[in-house]
Amino acid sequence: MGSRASSLLREEDIEEIKKETGFSHSQITRLYSRFHSLDKGENGALSREDFQRIPELAINPLGDRIINAFFPEGEDQVNFRGFMKTLARFRPVEDNEKNKGPPSGEPLNSRMNKLLFAFRLYDLDRDDKISRDELLQVLRMMVGVNISDEQLGSIADRTIQEADTNGDMCISFTEFTKVLEKVDVEQKMSIRFLH
Amino acid sequence: MMTRILPLLLLLVFCCLSVRCLQNQSDQQHHKRAFPVISIHYEAVRTPFEVALWILLASLMKLGFHLIPRLSSVVPESCLLIAVGLLLGGLIRVIGENPPVLDSQLFFFCLLPPIILDAGYFLPIRPFTENAGTILTFAVVGTLWNSFFVGAGLYGVCRLEGGGLASVDLLSCLLFGSIVSAVDPVAVLAVFEEIHINELLHILVFGESLLNDAVTVVLYHLFEEFAHVGEVTPGDVFLGVLCFFVVALGGVMVGAVYGVLAAFTSRFTAHSRVIEPLFVFLYSYMAYLSAEVFHLSGIMALIACGVLMRPYVEANISHKSYTTIKYFLKMWSSVSETLIFIFLGVSTVAGPHVWNWTFVSITIVLCLVSRVLGVVGLTYIINKYRMVKLSGKDQFIVAYGGLRGAIAFSLVFLLSSDDFAMKNMFLTAIITVIFFTVFVQGMTIRPLVDLLAVKKKKQSKTSIIEEIHTQFMEHLLAGIEGVCGHYGHRHWREKMNRFNKRYVKRCLIGGERSQEPQLISFYNKMELKQAMMLLESNSSASLNTAGHTTTTIEQSSRRTLNISKEREEEIRKILRANLQKTRQRLRSYSRHTLMPDPAEDDWSETHLRKQRVEIQRRMSLFLTGPAHRQESPPMRRARFESDNQEHVTRPSVPLNVTPVSSVLQDSVTIDNESEKSDESRWRRHGGDEKQEGERGIRGRKPSVTFALDLDEQKRSRCLSDLGPNQLNEDDEESFLSH
Repeated sequence: MGSRASSLLREEDIEEIKKETGFSHSQITRLYSRFHSLDKGENGALSREDFQRIPELAINPLGDRIINAFFPEGEDQVNFRGFMKTLARFRPVEDNEKNKGPPSGEPLNSRMNKLLFAFRLYDLDRDDKISRDELLQVLRMMVGVNISDEQLGSIADRTIQEADTNGDMCISFTEFTKVLEKVDVEQKMSIRFLH
Repeated sequence: MMTRILPLLLLLVFCCLSVRCLQNQSDQQHHKRAFPVISIHYEAVRTPFEVALWILLASLMKLGFHLIPRLSSVVPESCLLIAVGLLLGGLIRVIGENPPVLDSQLFFFCLLPPIILDAGYFLPIRPFTENAGTILTFAVVGTLWNSFFVGAGLYGVCRLEGGGLASVDLLSCLLFGSIVSAVDPVAVLAVFEEIHINELLHILVFGESLLNDAVTVVLYHLFEEFAHVGEVTPGDVFLGVLCFFVVALGGVMVGAVYGVLAAFTSRFTAHSRVIEPLFVFLYSYMAYLSAEVFHLSGIMALIACGVLMRPYVEANISHKSYTTIKYFLKMWSSVSETLIFIFLGVSTVAGPHVWNWTFVSITIVLCLVSRVLGVVGLTYIINKYRMVKLSGKDQFIVAYGGLRGAIAFSLVFLLSSDDFAMKNMFLTAIITVIFFTVFVQGMTIRPLVDLLAVKKKKQSKTSIIEEIHTQFMEHLLAGIEGVCGHYGHRHWREKMNRFNKRYVKRCLIGGERSQEPQLISFYNKMELKQAMMLLESNSSASLNTAGHTTTTIEQSSRRTLNISKEREEEIRKILRANLQKTRQRLRSYSRHTLMPDPAEDDWSETHLRKQRVEIQRRMSLFLTGPAHRQESPPMRRARFESDNQEHVTRPSVPLNVTPVSSVLQDSVTIDNESEKSDESRWRRHGGDEKQEGERGIRGRKPSVTFALDLDEQKRSRCLSDLGPNQLNEDDEESFLSH
């Protein structure tokens, strides 16, 4: 199956993806075989059901949101390039990349893009603000059913209080980045894709 | 500066002289005389007296250092303490006594465990587990490399030199190498605490110093046994490797067993809160001793015990016990550390020394070289597997921070003189190495850290959004790892968390706390901390009100035994809501939401006073039970509304008129007293907030009907801590007058 999978992926595709995402050749082929094994329908694209079949996502509290993050706006299928683009955010930040300035926009796995990805997971309606309700939803997902709404509400209030600097009772992306500037996002939001 | 040192010196001389005189006194009581009205029986009291005197001296020294301003910022405390020890030893020798040597028994069983327990109990788990691979590599492979390099190098030098060193054989050299190459946790802690280096480097060096104990124990016993027997076979070498795994894993398992026992015991301590800290200490000490029985690594047992029992014990015990444990551990470890360094100095003066220039200097050079080579080489390999690579600066600090300390000294001291003829030479060499690392490296590391601009520890405390987001990221990353089909350490961590939640927490945590998610406990802890801070900042001005409120608290505390769960919950909610409001109030003038008020200062002053009273009452209830309180914004707004004196009765609507409502009445009447003069201002603010208040009142209905499922257990836990009334009263008074 491995050879068949890699034969469906052409060299030019691999080069393009390499340039766009920064993954190495072997990483791309490995991830392609994974993509292929998830793709039960054999049509070169993944649907939501394919993702839901993954056991780790089924028990993950944020499973649905993660699945949604793979699919671009309004679509139901994601091809390999889209798959790789999303995964590229989780590539570890290389030291040499940290130092050199953005050549043509920032690389996909820069700190800001990682934070932007996370922000978009909170902010479902894409209005560039995390409102109290959106925060409550996320908290509810992470905390389970045993805790009352009031409790969660006060935690959400407190969170917004801490982060909000301009008083609009919502967290914008700049406020979000500012609050998390002490968190080591480069390490926490990276996966080691083995060579 | 001299005028300050002089009294200290005089005190020292006086103490030594008095010890001497008292010993002589006991010889003079043989002839018959009249019934002695006053007699001196020093011999009976001798040992405890001397122990207490030493500890007192150590603590006075610690105080003394901070009186000399410039010195404590340049020289780390450990160096000063060794210097004092040298001085003391010299003084004792001048008087004619033989200075006491650091008894290994005393060291290993009394002085070392508190320090290790303190380190293990408060070990920051997340950075430790994230860097576990690196730490283990440095600890195991690094120490092995150091031992063999130093041992072989010394052997080579001894062969080349000949003369006095010719009798030193390979085994002795290897043994000495293994002892001298172990990084010492006490010294590392003492020096690194003061330089506030960033978390990653701290945990790397410190973790290495803790975990290399297993390697040191195995090598030490191995070489000692071989030296005793006289010959080595390959089978012995294989057994040695096996022994390492047994020692390390066995130590961890012993610690784990005791940790689980401690957690389980703490589940039932609801009725005897006072002895809760004792269980923590006793179980840990037993873990250490049990491991030592089997020659397993006592340090690893202690660390495993502390790490394992901490989350469960903290969920079970009361807040006061938690504070007690924290401060007792800090106190004991501080005293132990001081004593260790002083004794090190004294032992230097005492011990028989055999000075050999070559041996000592070669040892120091070899130690430095092997450490640098080991760190650089290992980092090169480790960086291939790390996400955040270790830079050159990091490697330098790790290499430079490898300090040796008292453990090495005690191990050498334990060697038997029959097997090791060169024991005294080893002693001298090891003391020199320790002095070198502690003095030279310890003193220069701080300016070097500043010079190299190494990242320092971030001073701020964690905010709740960081905690939320960290958990969020963990879930996210675990999911992405699932998508990639990649079983990284996050996958295993999630698995363990699920296992923990489902099975372990249910056994080990009593009552309702077992269901509480981590986020909620974190939030409650933060709230508690904030309440304490507010109280402390206000308590200096609160002595006037203390008298009045103490009596109220006493009365209410006796009456609270009669209230039902819902009423209790109502009271708590209202008090809590008040506290939340204070925080809001104090920050509100930086927002754009409230209208600017020229009389804001007066208003906030009286309001603060009122809040203080509320906070004190809240604290008394808080401290008597585990903290897991919930906020309710609708209640908050309703409370604000209540300040406008519209409805003294509203808070007591769900309550029947009972003695307990007097608690509320008191608070409301105090409000009224202080607020009467400010009514006009209140009304103005009330106007703005009225809509909010109304919304709050409407929103209040659901909050009233919602009642937390207060368990019998929870109630009994908070009530039981009221304890004997005397205890409570003393606590309240001392607390308020603090």
